Amino acid sequence: MAKKLPKTDIVTVGVGWVGGIIASELTKKGYKVVGLERGKSRSTQDYLKVHDELRYAQRYELMQDLSRETVTIRHNLKQKALPYREWGSFLFGDGLGGSGVHWNGQTYLFLPYDFEIYSKTVEHYGKNKIPKGMTIQDWGITHDELLPYYNQFLKMSGISGEPNPLKGSPQYKYPTKPMLESSEMKLFKDAASKLGYHPYSMPSANLSENYTNPDNISRGACQYCGFCERFGCEYGAKADPVVTVLPVAEKTGKYELRTHSVVRKVLHSGGKATGVLYVDTRTGEEYIQEAEVVVLSAYQMNNVKIMLNSKLGKPYDPKTGQGVIGKNYAYQVNFGGSTGFFDKEYNVFAGAGALGANLDDFNGDFFDHSDLNFIHGANVRIGKSGNRPIQNNAVPAGTPSWGKEFKDASIKYANRTISVGAQGASMPWADNYLDLDPTYKDAFGDPLVRMTFNWKDQDKQLGKYLGEKTAGILKEMGASKVNQGGQKVGDYDIRNYQSTHNTGGSIMGADPETSALNNYLQMWDCENVFSAGANAFGHNSGYNPTGTVGALAYRAAEGIEKYLKKGGSLA
Amino acid sequence: MSDKKNQNGVQDNSRRVFLKNSGLTVGGLIVGGALGGLIGKKPGSSKPASTEPGGHQMSNSSNPSRALMYFTNQEDFSTIEAAAEQIFPKTDVGPGAKDLDVAYYIDHQLAGNWGLNTKEYMSGPFSLADSVPELGYQTHLKRHEIFDLGIQALNSTAQKKHKKKFHELEGDQQVAILKDFEADKVKLNGATSASNFFGLLRKATIEGVYADPMYGGNKDMAGWKMKNFPGHQMSYKDIIEKDSFVKMDPKSLSSM
Repeated sequence: MAKKLPKTDIVTVGVGWVGGIIASELTKKGYKVVGLERGKSRSTQDYLKVHDELRYAQRYELMQDLSRETVTIRHNLKQKALPYREWGSFLFGDGLGGSGVHWNGQTYLFLPYDFEIYSKTVEHYGKNKIPKGMTIQDWGITHDELLPYYNQFLKMSGISGEPNPLKGSPQYKYPTKPMLESSEMKLFKDAASKLGYHPYSMPSANLSENYTNPDNISRGACQYCGFCERFGCEYGAKADPVVTVLPVAEKTGKYELRTHSVVRKVLHSGGKATGVLYVDTRTGEEYIQEAEVVVLSAYQMNNVKIMLNSKLGKPYDPKTGQGVIGKNYAYQVNFGGSTGFFDKEYNVFAGAGALGANLDDFNGDFFDHSDLNFIHGANVRIGKSGNRPIQNNAVPAGTPSWGKEFKDASIKYANRTISVGAQGASMPWADNYLDLDPTYKDAFGDPLVRMTFNWKDQDKQLGKYLGEKTAGILKEMGASKVNQGGQKVGDYDIRNYQSTHNTGGSIMGADPETSALNNYLQMWDCENVFSAGANAFGHNSGYNPTGTVGALAYRAAEGIEKYLKKGGSLA
Repeated sequence: MSDKKNQNGVQDNSRRVFLKNSGLTVGGLIVGGALGGLIGKKPGSSKPASTEPGGHQMSNSSNPSRALMYFTNQEDFSTIEAAAEQIFPKTDVGPGAKDLDVAYYIDHQLAGNWGLNTKEYMSGPFSLADSVPELGYQTHLKRHEIFDLGIQALNSTAQKKHKKKFHELEGDQQVAILKDFEADKVKLNGATSASNFFGLLRKATIEGVYADPMYGGNKDMAGWKMKNFPGHQMSYKDIIEKDSFVKMDPKSLSSM
């Protein structure tokens, strides 16, 4: 029998960026917030010996324990889904701060085009441009409406950057100057400019300089140590929830954090949640935390899982297109990047997660798609996060993958390899979706999320196009050999890391028939449940998602306060 | 055979003492199979086994990483050592897996979380029939069990082809067998494949070359030195804008 705990104003399920921003914004306003986090607590003190590639990058120290919970995956409706038994394609964070701790800090704002992708595609190219089965839709909010919330996130986290020189691109004033420029970045920028493109420094949550944010949180500048992605920052230079928003919430005295607390279900009746059922994994005891507002602030996939297991909202049916929970799952098309091999040695070991340069000439609708058989595009970039030796053993095409020739080539090119990536947008499709697996269960006996996903022609065409562009840039940069990406793409392969940018599954929108959340991130079918993770994205853009997750979290915080004051549906 | 005390007054050659007292020696010759294999071929020699050239014995090593946590017999260890050396061989560029102690690294990994799949989803059912390679790891076997099967198969293949143990073969014979494993031309058992084993072995070998030396491989940081990787440094702020390559002495985590 679960023990009932005294009611609070707001309970957040997961304490990453969304849970942290909600906690800080609403405790500042005087509300009581309880944060339930499945993992352990941690701080910068825990990263004294973090420069350990094996433990953190290869053995996934900061990631969810898959023995307790994972997802299942299949390529199509006819296949039997099988468990994602070991980490590969994507990584879910675990512990205080969630994925906001192991992220790289690459912080973009989605394009105006993204929020009105359906309308703008039809307006520019006509309805026939949208292939059968592609389920793009507008987000129920415009870029201009979201801009104030984006700015809140940029200022809170202290994003370092410089203006995007591309004509027609949205302009932002970054609170800190751009990161230092390495010789590889300079080479990329020069080559891209010569080709007529518009490169600029990557917007970065790894601080370029010491910074004090509007909440009076002071953090020191990045040391470019090269251990960012998959690692926590011992300097607190990389913005994460633990060094930015959570101390603000704690200081109010209104915040209560409970770690080792796994939420299984949202309890609800008559369109209103009463609270959540969770397990304290240290004692094994079950609790009910009652609350005026429940915020599903876990990782995208886990939010969808809790909604489905709680019977919140109508599950999506890929055969009829009816229902919304599980709909519009999207990923990221990353196979259009290319790798160049140079004669000169570079200091490739040095870097920071969001150190790099990029361009948007092939992103969104900045280029004409009339004669192309895909929509959207990619942010094309050179990332200088620091090449670690286990993970980076690139060799020119045709070199064997082991033995003498491999060894000598992988060492020769260790400091002579530069990659130009293309973070391709991923569109939603009627038969790429999430539901509950009929067979496999988590440690508590609850069904796992089943992901049905495969690459479509759109993705393959986009990847091929981007491969040509990225290889072209590397040639202009002076690479002696180039492995061109995107040329051969088979079925979605979960074995190799691609991106942790999983999106959709309970999306925002203007219509309860086609979306799970309104534009305050409030559930249409349950007015006191909010969810502002990447699960709210109608599709995935050619950018990293965290900037948009952060903006939506600020938007949700405003919505929650409105709801607590007057109740009812906000849209 | 001497029972003399070492400098610290601690009795040396304790296994020899054990053997002598246990009745497993007959006229000074060791009778026991396993222990005989451990002690080396020259009973009566006062030289510690690990200082013999080319010997990767399990005892008397001053390096605590050079002890076995997983493998229970020398033959298995030698098989992995030989296979890892073919994946990452000694060349003019620098040392190979054997000189970098990669087999010790693999041994330690097989004994721990990685070998035991403690952080992986290992609940059934295991539907190998429904499996396609793109959907990844789908066997009930843990990694250490896949290694056991792989080692067995390497040796039985060597025996079939050349009437020798895998580690006794010439380099090119070993390479040919490993290529067959990579291409699944050898059958392991119904629950896993030779290419799965090969994939794990390749991955573990690369890790053993380049992981921090505290894990048992990357001896003397020689893997990092070959690649000019500086290991664990606090900051590259001063060199991040430099156009020329900066060579640095690597640092391991134990230097902190």
